[in-house]
Amino acid sequence: MPPAALRLPHLAVVGNPNTGKSTLFSALTGVHTRTGNFPGVTVEMKLGRLHRANHEVMLIDLPGTYSLSARSDDERVTVDVLLGQQPEIGSLEGAVCIVDGTNLERNLYLFSQVRDLGLPVLLVVNMIDVAEKAGLRLDAGELSKRLGVPVIFCNAHQRESVARVEAAIFEFAASGESSVTPPTVFPPVFEEAVDDLAGLLSQQGKTFPRPFVARLLLDVGGQIEQTETAGWPELVAHLQRLREAVGAAGYRISGIEPRCRYAAIRSALAGLETRPVRTAGQLSERVDAWLTHSFFGLAIFILMMFVIFQLLYRGADPMVWALETSFGWLEDFVGSWLPRGPLRSLLTQGIIAGVGGVLVFLPQIVLLFLLIAILEDCGYLARAAFLMDRLMTRVGLSGKSFVPLMSSFACAIPGIMATRVIENRRDRMVTILVAPLMSCSARLPVYSLLIGAFIPAITFANGWVDLRALVLMAFLSLGALVAVPVAWILKKTLFPGETPPFVMELPAYKWPSPRTVLHRVYDSASSFVVRAGTLILLTSVVVWGLGYFPGDHTRENELFAEVESAQEKFAEPIARREELQETYEKLETLDPRPVAAIEKVEVELAEVHTRLHDYDALVSTLQTEQGRLQEVSFLGMAGHWIEPVVRPLGWDWRIGVGVIASFPAREVIIATLGVIYNLGEGIEGDSAPLREALIRSTRPDGKPVFSIPVALSVMVFFALCAQCAATLVVIRRETGSWKWAAFTFVYMTVLAYVGAFLTFQIASMWWAGS
Amino acid sequence: MSLTINQLQIGQKATVQDVSGDDPLALRLMEMGLLPGSDVEFIGRAPLGDPIEIRLSGYHLSLRQAEASRVIVDPS
Repeated sequence: MPPAALRLPHLAVVGNPNTGKSTLFSALTGVHTRTGNFPGVTVEMKLGRLHRANHEVMLIDLPGTYSLSARSDDERVTVDVLLGQQPEIGSLEGAVCIVDGTNLERNLYLFSQVRDLGLPVLLVVNMIDVAEKAGLRLDAGELSKRLGVPVIFCNAHQRESVARVEAAIFEFAASGESSVTPPTVFPPVFEEAVDDLAGLLSQQGKTFPRPFVARLLLDVGGQIEQTETAGWPELVAHLQRLREAVGAAGYRISGIEPRCRYAAIRSALAGLETRPVRTAGQLSERVDAWLTHSFFGLAIFILMMFVIFQLLYRGADPMVWALETSFGWLEDFVGSWLPRGPLRSLLTQGIIAGVGGVLVFLPQIVLLFLLIAILEDCGYLARAAFLMDRLMTRVGLSGKSFVPLMSSFACAIPGIMATRVIENRRDRMVTILVAPLMSCSARLPVYSLLIGAFIPAITFANGWVDLRALVLMAFLSLGALVAVPVAWILKKTLFPGETPPFVMELPAYKWPSPRTVLHRVYDSASSFVVRAGTLILLTSVVVWGLGYFPGDHTRENELFAEVESAQEKFAEPIARREELQETYEKLETLDPRPVAAIEKVEVELAEVHTRLHDYDALVSTLQTEQGRLQEVSFLGMAGHWIEPVVRPLGWDWRIGVGVIASFPAREVIIATLGVIYNLGEGIEGDSAPLREALIRSTRPDGKPVFSIPVALSVMVFFALCAQCAATLVVIRRETGSWKWAAFTFVYMTVLAYVGAFLTFQIASMWWAGS
Repeated sequence: MSLTINQLQIGQKATVQDVSGDDPLALRLMEMGLLPGSDVEFIGRAPLGDPIEIRLSGYHLSLRQAEASRVIVDPS
């Protein structure tokens, strides 16, 4: 460990959104960054080491912002870090301020605020090529002289340009200046008020840096004021008096900062060429005219979302399939090396299945973040928010919630992670909390199994409309429909407050930078695997343990061995039967039905069935044993225990077990139902036999377990419940609190229960009546 | 004649006279460059009627009608 004196120089990287700040940061630091998470806030800051030869500095990438005027805890962190009051980071040696060369005036506003904090600042003017192409002529030396700080020009996507910035940063860090007192932009009456306020604070033993006191005075109702005035009414009154005094001198306090700073910036830039560079007729403007057009804009948007959705929904499939298959192989491989028993079961069913259950989300996370990063980097994401804002305000959200919610239709996890683009905390929370209601792709297997088994294959309108497809569509939209009132209620109750302003920059279109895009994808994927993965794995192992213990698995293991040797012995007829069944199913779908051919297959099938009688009996004994073990396991006990609770939903204890066991992930219900309905695992995995088993299964009184009302009730439950440990873990991570994960679980389970109850009761009455 | 930004016609240019109110929203609008004396141009409305898009020095900004009505302008 180096002594404190040898601590690396720490520099904060600040800038407005859309200035290429992230691009430059990742170009400078590469992938060797770590994320700093601070208690109580949802923002992340990346720390990256920059080193060359024997020089080294630590860069801290602060969230992009237009102003240091902090309104929330999240925004306050930026001010704290810059003032050296964030204990994890400590005092800073300086700040690197990145500004967009095409829009200097507004970008220098933040620069001016940062410089007033007393830190040495290096000004990096980015996108200088675009600015120069648009007619901006700027002299770095002259700008540096006028602003009183070192200035460097940069094009963050050019390697040699980044190298120049790197050199400038080392030179800047080595200059050794510790603090500077920039010329004030404010009138004397304001400075006197700051001195007065600092005096009052220090009387109370609170010595703050002067820039902090200035921010307290400037930010009316801001975060600093809220924290500092808590329980100190005299300070409130004093602030009020000081602000009135400044106002009486002709400077309205709400406007004093922008007026004075912009006046200073304009005079500093006077004579330097800074004419507006975006004008009608430029490419970006022409593109924008189409993309925000009242008809074509919407049409292109819908098309774009459709493509993204298809890619997410279908494009991830091959990768998911490959992952699932390779984890299946791994399970078999490990299984073949170990004797049957708890260890093998833990490894294959608990750990390998659990790791697979984590990684299976990766394709969708990678795809979604790839698409979002491209859209964001080229400037379209802001247009998507612009186009959809009106629609989303109906439920109290803003346009920025649209893309995260739409993505949640494929999978809530990347959707929730994508809410980071929503700056307003209340909007972001509501979006996170309703995102799991969107019908994700994990619900699809449940729907297709139950719809295939219980909804009759009726078609209307000459075969154009299929009842099953209609039911599927209804279930796919159920969650989104329920999300509307839920979001509205959350906004009225837990997250009340004024509608946050929607004041959003529409950046000029540009080609996305591959580096930025890949970094974004890498960040989201690694943060999911590292931070959420372990907990998801743990959940999977716990649920495995609950399903495995305390039953005695000796008999099951013996039966497994017998079944395996029987499989070798009867290998030929077993293969033949599969073949025949496939042929049979194929023939059944033909129109007209080839009666003779079908009969021939049926005869042969019956013959093979007879030959396999002993084998089938053995398999069925194993399945009965597995069903018994499932029933005596902790999960089975829980199933029996909750039976009175689930009976009003039309369920028996076995469905109850399936629902509990599917807590790690919804689709687990299929495997669990397979085991419970005596199909066994790893024997016949596809869902056609499971469908048959569900239809055939009976209650103790001989009535079938499943009827249409029961199937509908299970589907409504799965549409609304929070049976997805991964989602809950990600909610905990993104909100910084288990409280919200628990809240989501509870509210969704209650909704699911009530929904399933009403569905079953109403459907039972309807079917009884008809 | 004074209007608020959202009352401008598409393509119409104007100069900001004032931003009304003393709250964080007024500050936010001014921070974004909507200061007395700034030149703005009304670019258009989102397909669903809200928010609106304006051009001000160097960049484009979108804001809802409710926010735009705080910005008093003098059409040029």
